[in-house]
Amino acid sequence: MSQKILLDKINIPGIKTYEVYRQNGGYASVEKALKTLTPDEVVEEVKTSGLRGRGGAGFPAGMKWSFIDKKSGKPRHLVCNADESEPGTFKDRYLMEYIPHLLIEGMITSSYALGANRSYIYIRGEYMWVYKILERAIAEAKAAGWLGKNILGSGFDLDLYVQIGGGAYICGEETALIESLEGKRGNPRIKPPFPAVSGLWANPTVVNNVETIAAVPWIVNNSGADYAKIGIGRSTGTKLISASGHIKNPGVYEIELGLSVYEFMNSDEYLGGMSSDRPLKAFVPGGSSVPVLPAHLIYKTAAGEDRLMSYESLSDGGFATGSMLGSGGFIVYNDTSCIVRNTWNFSRFYHHESCGQCTPCREGTGWMEKVLHRIENGHGREEDIDLLVSIQSKIEGNTICPLGDAAAWPVAAAIRHFRDEFEYHIRFPEKIKNRDHFVAEPFEKVKHLVTKQTV
Amino acid sequence: MERTHYKQEINMTEALMSRINELISHYPEDKRKSALLPVLHEVQDAHDNWLSIELQDKVAEILLIKPVEVYEVVTFYTMFNQRPIGKYMFEFCQTSPCCLNGVEDLMDYTCEKLGVGIGETTADGLFEVRGVECLGACGYAPMMQLGDFYKEHLTKEKVDQLIADCKDDKIILHDK
Amino acid sequence: MKVTIDGQEIEVEAGTTILQAARMIGGDVVPPAMCYYSKLKGSGGKCRCCLVDVTKGSDADPRPMPKLMASCVTGCQDGMEIASKASPRVQEARKSVTEFLLINHPLDCPICDQAGECDLQNLSFEHGKSASRYIEEKRTFEPEDIGPNIQLHMNRCILCQRCVQVADQLTDDRVHGVMDRGDHANISTCISKAITNEFSGNMIDVCPVGALTDKTFRFKSRVWFNKPYNAHRECTTPGCCGKTTVWMFGNEIQRVTGRKDEFHEVEEFICNTCRFDKKELTDWVIEGPREFEKDSVINQNNYTQKLEKVEIATEKNILLGRDQDRKKISMASNPLDINTQNS
Repeated sequence: MSQKILLDKINIPGIKTYEVYRQNGGYASVEKALKTLTPDEVVEEVKTSGLRGRGGAGFPAGMKWSFIDKKSGKPRHLVCNADESEPGTFKDRYLMEYIPHLLIEGMITSSYALGANRSYIYIRGEYMWVYKILERAIAEAKAAGWLGKNILGSGFDLDLYVQIGGGAYICGEETALIESLEGKRGNPRIKPPFPAVSGLWANPTVVNNVETIAAVPWIVNNSGADYAKIGIGRSTGTKLISASGHIKNPGVYEIELGLSVYEFMNSDEYLGGMSSDRPLKAFVPGGSSVPVLPAHLIYKTAAGEDRLMSYESLSDGGFATGSMLGSGGFIVYNDTSCIVRNTWNFSRFYHHESCGQCTPCREGTGWMEKVLHRIENGHGREEDIDLLVSIQSKIEGNTICPLGDAAAWPVAAAIRHFRDEFEYHIRFPEKIKNRDHFVAEPFEKVKHLVTKQTV
Repeated sequence: MERTHYKQEINMTEALMSRINELISHYPEDKRKSALLPVLHEVQDAHDNWLSIELQDKVAEILLIKPVEVYEVVTFYTMFNQRPIGKYMFEFCQTSPCCLNGVEDLMDYTCEKLGVGIGETTADGLFEVRGVECLGACGYAPMMQLGDFYKEHLTKEKVDQLIADCKDDKIILHDK
Repeated sequence: MKVTIDGQEIEVEAGTTILQAARMIGGDVVPPAMCYYSKLKGSGGKCRCCLVDVTKGSDADPRPMPKLMASCVTGCQDGMEIASKASPRVQEARKSVTEFLLINHPLDCPICDQAGECDLQNLSFEHGKSASRYIEEKRTFEPEDIGPNIQLHMNRCILCQRCVQVADQLTDDRVHGVMDRGDHANISTCISKAITNEFSGNMIDVCPVGALTDKTFRFKSRVWFNKPYNAHRECTTPGCCGKTTVWMFGNEIQRVTGRKDEFHEVEEFICNTCRFDKKELTDWVIEGPREFEKDSVINQNNYTQKLEKVEIATEKNILLGRDQDRKKISMASNPLDINTQNS
């Protein structure tokens, strides 16, 4: 059993409620921080912990905190990013739904560290019932004196509110989230200025993922150094992984970073192997935005080392033979799934979710979707594969926000590793008419049709 | 772009107004606009799950902003409906992990059973089927959203049951 | 502080953007800008046409910036070195953006009133390709009537949002905005309301393409058949400078616009009365012909200077083939004589 620090109490009956949460040591980090630590000391602990942003980018949280502008004297804000919408990711929802007070505790301690007196949790609109859970939990915390004026007599004031979104993946991008929180369209802002200088209502703002903030109480209760001992190398601590697809036990798991992908996939403690006797074909380790990997690169890196669940190991080999940990959305595909159809599906998602502000993403995501849709439906042309590679390369790096990259990478990776499957779709349109075309006849069986023959 | 103008009866009840005022109080006095998204949700829930132009104008008036600022937001986010819709809207997640678990077949089944296409409302105004993008329940696929809640691990039998429950008025849509 | 763009050095004040610095240098180093507008706050950053390669961040931090930067919203740092037109990577990016802007564009220049003074035409002339790789159906929008003065052609729009900023910054009753999202985002009032604010006509001038055109000038003339003159009048509208360019055909004033500089930005905004209602010669004091860049289409109708006859050495040979073709289709009763044509 690996160490759990976020979900260790998840199975205690009634942990959703304030009383049970408090009886089990809840809100201790607030007491410890407000009574015995200065805000800067809390920031230092988080820096020492090596905790990295759990939303996908993996930027060191303590460093992000230290960028917040304290000199201007403007009010500061902490905003929790609970706009979880990356396909394959559903960990934040689990945390908020089953142990909401952990997030609230983390928000109070973190707000104290940042000197923020007005903080928000921005949750996606579709999680309406979780929004209500959080609202009630905040009311409980407030009634118990953990929020409001002069908390624990420390002189620290904090108002904490939940804000509900309206259905837009792009609001998970921190500046789009801030725009949305201001009651506007979720258009990402041009950076600089970064939110740490000019964020919510032009005030210095830190935006952190739910899981990042939920890790703060443990770090404060124990120490940054203790946290840094968990995990491997620069991937410290534990990570929530949302597992879905063709596996025996889908769900949310807390793992110590550094666990091997093989063990995570196959041990009964975690995913328990494939859901049926169909073999593993591919997996996406970090949500739809990150490159898909083919079976031979899953358990071993190109260099032949064990692939581990860590920021470094999953990206080993760069995009040529690696991927990314991203948000921890672990999607597993067996040989009945069609990579072309899946890539089109992701492409449709990004097309649907593009905000439309900047040219490459607005025009390019739709173009890619249309080409992929044609290929998947038997109307592809041989030159479409290179066209897709070209379109994605023209989007990547040229957009305001990372959604462009997120739309481009899966397409590039799918063609990089599964080009023959695209060729098959183009050359044998009559064989892919049915959307379940690989169920009866997996690609492995027909691969020879597109493999170059040596005569 | 020219849009069809639908009429709606507006009823800003006392309970609704008091909830709106509470939401406004979550933001600094001069940042009322920030309450726009939560207020739109509340107003929409209280008005058969859609927002006419008149209703949007009303929200603008309450938040002291220009009507166009509301239109811009309503048209950007997918959860705000701009036309009358079916009372029970089955919003199936159709992103990859749900597809791996057969949501497409389930959508076909539901449409056939209700006699509608995707995005259409049944003649009695009771049901509507939609395909939406990732709802964040990939591990519990296939699934759909119905009102404020998720219905997960769906099967044809569960869909049948849900349809029956809706018809019997046994489904709670909003958690107020 | 000092910045270098494509090898050309210039001293700029703190707070200057790369695009502004490039405009100070002028000439080839100036990146194209489809959404940035110096007179509109918050404009820029969206079209991605003006991307440049920052090869050296500053003297203090000489690291290059990994991504191409939008020059219109990136501030200069002391010692910064920038590659604009000189960088193949930048050229490639501009080509990409041009392609993206054109895939869904109707390419209806022959019937577009903006043709001849269109920034998208200029952009594609420099960075576009003659063939399209886009074989899908183009996106179209239902037309919307936004009142008696301004014609909205959403299919041509590139969503620079300048018109929204005009309404926000010049008027206090904006009624239009960006609706919907993604590739279906569109400029609209949502309720088909007439845009009648006294300064709304400036939306036409700031529009880089033919998405917003002057209804009072619609289909009247190609812009290059008009002769533009600077003119002014005593305008009583508060906030209007009364200084305009009037576009004449013979003695008829067919169109009135703001005066645009070399970057196609109006020098000062004008009111709708000047723009739409004052079309008589007696309304205006004509100052004199307005000059345009020498390679502008409008300048092909140059009347401010005497044109030298240009001899193209290869012309004879080029025309030979064409004349042969014409001969084939010419009428027997009216034969073409190659010898007299080419002499």
